[in-house]
Formats: sequence, structure tokens, C-alpha cells
Amino acid sequence: MSQADITMQGHTAGMVTDRPFAIPTKKLAMWLFIIADTMTFAASLVAYGFLRNATPDWPRPFHSIVNVAVMTFILLTSSLTMLLGVQTAKRGDKAGAFRWTMITALCGIVFAVLHIREWMGLIGEGMTLFKNPWGTGLFGAAFFSVTGLHITHVLCGVIALIIVGLRYKGGRYHADDIEVVGLYWHFVDLVWMFVVPFVYLLNLAH
Amino acid sequence: MTTSAEQQHQGMGKYLIVYLCILALAGLQFVIAYQDVSAAQMFRRMLSVSLVEAAVAVMFFMHLWSEKRGFLLFVVVFTIFVLLSMQFGWTDSFRLVHCGGYCS
Repeated sequence: MSQADITMQGHTAGMVTDRPFAIPTKKLAMWLFIIADTMTFAASLVAYGFLRNATPDWPRPFHSIVNVAVMTFILLTSSLTMLLGVQTAKRGDKAGAFRWTMITALCGIVFAVLHIREWMGLIGEGMTLFKNPWGTGLFGAAFFSVTGLHITHVLCGVIALIIVGLRYKGGRYHADDIEVVGLYWHFVDLVWMFVVPFVYLLNLAH
Repeated sequence: MTTSAEQQHQGMGKYLIVYLCILALAGLQFVIAYQDVSAAQMFRRMLSVSLVEAAVAVMFFMHLWSEKRGFLLFVVVFTIFVLLSMQFGWTDSFRLVHCGGYCS
């Protein structure tokens, strides 16, 4: 609609404008948040890469890929269950959408438990934020910062999924809200696609 | 003429294929991790796979492909520009390792 058309419709009509990109406001807000959060993770990963590249005795402490492979599988599968939740919500099946959303949250909880178990194992081997038995002390700080930032996002996502799922079931939220929280969950999954190769796989002990 | 239920079913079939593609790409990264190549080469290969994986996830899981083209351009151009702008630090990390060519 041109400015002339708006003006022709009278004074009050001139105050009304279309939604940006013709998408719902909550969805646009989530996309803007995701873009901003992409920068946060990108800055963390670039800083991590800088440290790794500039430090000659960077440790390679990971002997097994089983744990990280299982974690990756669970998180990727949770994206599929989230999609099922969104599709079911759009169909108007409240019980089904709630069930898939809770399954997604459960996957997130399992992921977080496996992640914390891995952290405890590394801490048990003597790794802290400032020292470790394998090489430069910077490794602990970099590892815990990047993975800690990610697991914080996962836990926030789990809480959001539970709250939105319950409110959707109770009739306070709509299918669009499930879609918006789904966007966030896919983003958390997407970040893991970069954390795994750079933080784990490039540090495998050969 | 397809019904809404059929369209939903076809949609889920597409998502299942995308999911399997992303799983396969993730698996490929694990294979690359055991290849006998230099760290720089391994980094390049993993970054390439991650970028493809992320693009597929954003386009189909996050439905960016079915949004307005203007919005797609806004997200992609803005994100790529800022991500590329962050890469200036790399040169300094190489300088730290190689002493900027002034090591004796």
C-alpha cells in the first residue's frame, strides 16, 4: 500500500502500517533475537578458534566420540519432534501438539544430563577453568565457556517449551506460539552443529 | 486435489528427508574427524559441512525458505555480513604463532 493510498483513507488510517515482512510480530521478534544470538555464539566460537590457533600446546583430551555422537543424535531428533509439534498444533490437535512439545523438552533434558555427566568426567580428570593435565590452561576456560553458553540455551529452551506447551494446552497460547518457541529450539540445535566439530571433533586424541 | 491431511503428510515426508540429510551430514563430520589430514584441512572440511547443515536446517526446519523473499534476504545478507566481519581476528592469531615473520 502506497503512502498516497494511506492518506486517502483518512487521518486514522494513516497511522496504520503493515507488519514488517508480513510475518507475525512474535515471530519477527524471535528471528531478530536469533540473529543477535547468532552473533553471540559466533563471537564465542571465533574467540575459541583464535585461542586454539594461537596456542601451540592446545590439548586434545577427547578419546571417545560415543557420548558426543549420542548427544548430537538426541538434539537433532528433538528438532524433528519439535517440527511434529508445530505441524500438529497447526492442525488444531492440542493434545498431540502438547505431547510432541513435551517429548522435545524431554530430549533437551536428556541432552543436558549427558552434557553435565561429560563435564563431571572432565572435572574429575582435573580440568578446571584455569588448568588441566594435558596442556594450556586456556582450554578449560574456552571449552566451558562455549559449551556452557550452549547448555544454558538448552535449559532455557526446555523451560520455554514446558511453559508454552502447558499454556497452549490450557488455551492461553496458540499454534503460532508453538512455532515461535520451535524456532528457538531449532536455533539451539543449529548452534550445536558448529560446537561439535570445532570444540569436540577437532580435539580428538588420535 | 489434495486434502489438508494429505498435504500435512507430504510435509512430514519432506521434513523426514531433511532430518535424515542432516543426520547424514553430522555423521560425515565424525568420519572427517578420523581422516588423516592436517588440522587446517580438517577445519575447512568440517566448516563446509557445518555450513551446509545449518543452511538446510534454517531453510527447511525454521521455514525461512517459505517466508517472504525480502525477509530471507534481510536475514541472510545481514548475518553473513556480520559473520564475515568477525573474521579479522584470525590474522592476528597466525601472527602470534609465527611472530609476524620476525622470529629469529
